[in-house]
Amino acid sequence: MLNYLTYIVAAWIFLWGLYGIVTSKNLVHQVVCAAVLQTSTYVLLLGIGFKVGGTAPIFADIPVGTSVVDPLVQALMLTDIVVEATVMALLLSMVVKSNEVAGTVDPEELRVLTG
Amino acid sequence: MSSRARTIFFLISAAGLAAVFAWGFRDAPPLGDYRGPYGDVVTQVAGYERHATDVVNAINYDYRGFDTLGEEFIFFASVLGVLLLFRPQKEKENEAKNDSKEQEHLEEELPVSDTLRVSMQLMVVIMIVFGVYIAAHGQLTPGGGFQGGVILASAPLVVYLSGNAETFERIVSSPLIKLAESGGAAGYAIVGAAALFFGAHFLTNIIPLGMTGDLFSSGTIAVISALVGLEVTGGFVLLMKTYLQEIIVAHGEKK
Repeated sequence: MLNYLTYIVAAWIFLWGLYGIVTSKNLVHQVVCAAVLQTSTYVLLLGIGFKVGGTAPIFADIPVGTSVVDPLVQALMLTDIVVEATVMALLLSMVVKSNEVAGTVDPEELRVLTG
Repeated sequence: MSSRARTIFFLISAAGLAAVFAWGFRDAPPLGDYRGPYGDVVTQVAGYERHATDVVNAINYDYRGFDTLGEEFIFFASVLGVLLLFRPQKEKENEAKNDSKEQEHLEEELPVSDTLRVSMQLMVVIMIVFGVYIAAHGQLTPGGGFQGGVILASAPLVVYLSGNAETFERIVSSPLIKLAESGGAAGYAIVGAAALFFGAHFLTNIIPLGMTGDLFSSGTIAVISALVGLEVTGGFVLLMKTYLQEIIVAHGEKK
């Protein structure tokens, strides 16, 4: 069970993020829930790349050939984090505009499409 | 759909999703039992092929450099989207001007303390040096353009937080910021396209690799890392500028 903990945690975070998005009463809260949901991918990727006894894949001060964790998934995560931050900024700016135009940040009240 | 019905619908689907997760992870290797060949192969060859000691960045800016170029443009497009949504509108601009006057007035009432000002200057210097260090050493040690850029972009924020809104305004209004944002994005594509003129594939290294472990080593990895640093700095500063201006305008509306 403990060996599969990363998968369980990833699924757990994903589902709670989804729950937040579905039941949210506030668009800002909903955007944050989307961020929570996305963090599940970090847990999953790091879990896949982890190797028992492996160290960081930086060969500045360790000899080549040392057992290291998979750098591939870390590279995927690295760009993901920065992109997530800006996409979050974009989503939040939409929330601000929605508040300006519709006067509400409750997704329940945003039913009518107006030009 | 009522909120209750939706929650019930969600719980049923979530249970299904959890079951699919469990089924999907059934044959996955346990934690720490790494089986994929790619990580092992790339850590073996990155040093010889690219003279880079940080394999994560070697992958980011070289082995999967084309993907990173795509992600780079997601970043670019998101910043562009925020700027577009918050584009200045005529009536608002006037209010913003009125408000900045009020703010000046406020600053007169509450002078910035010397302690805060001096420690802010010290912090900004440290952050800029550290940010440039991180962005420039991406090919050697943990770091690179994305991380360094974020550190560099937080320096103007410290200026703002310490109460020097005017200085902040002057820094972020500089055309250099926009130049960094667009130049960084364009530079990445240009470095990639430059290889085509040498008859090589897109993003092939065309710069001498240098000595492994030197600052000027690893060819295009170091160059692209620095360019990404420029773009991320520019992008985040533009985001902060836009949001902080929006806050100032919103304050004006309330009054």
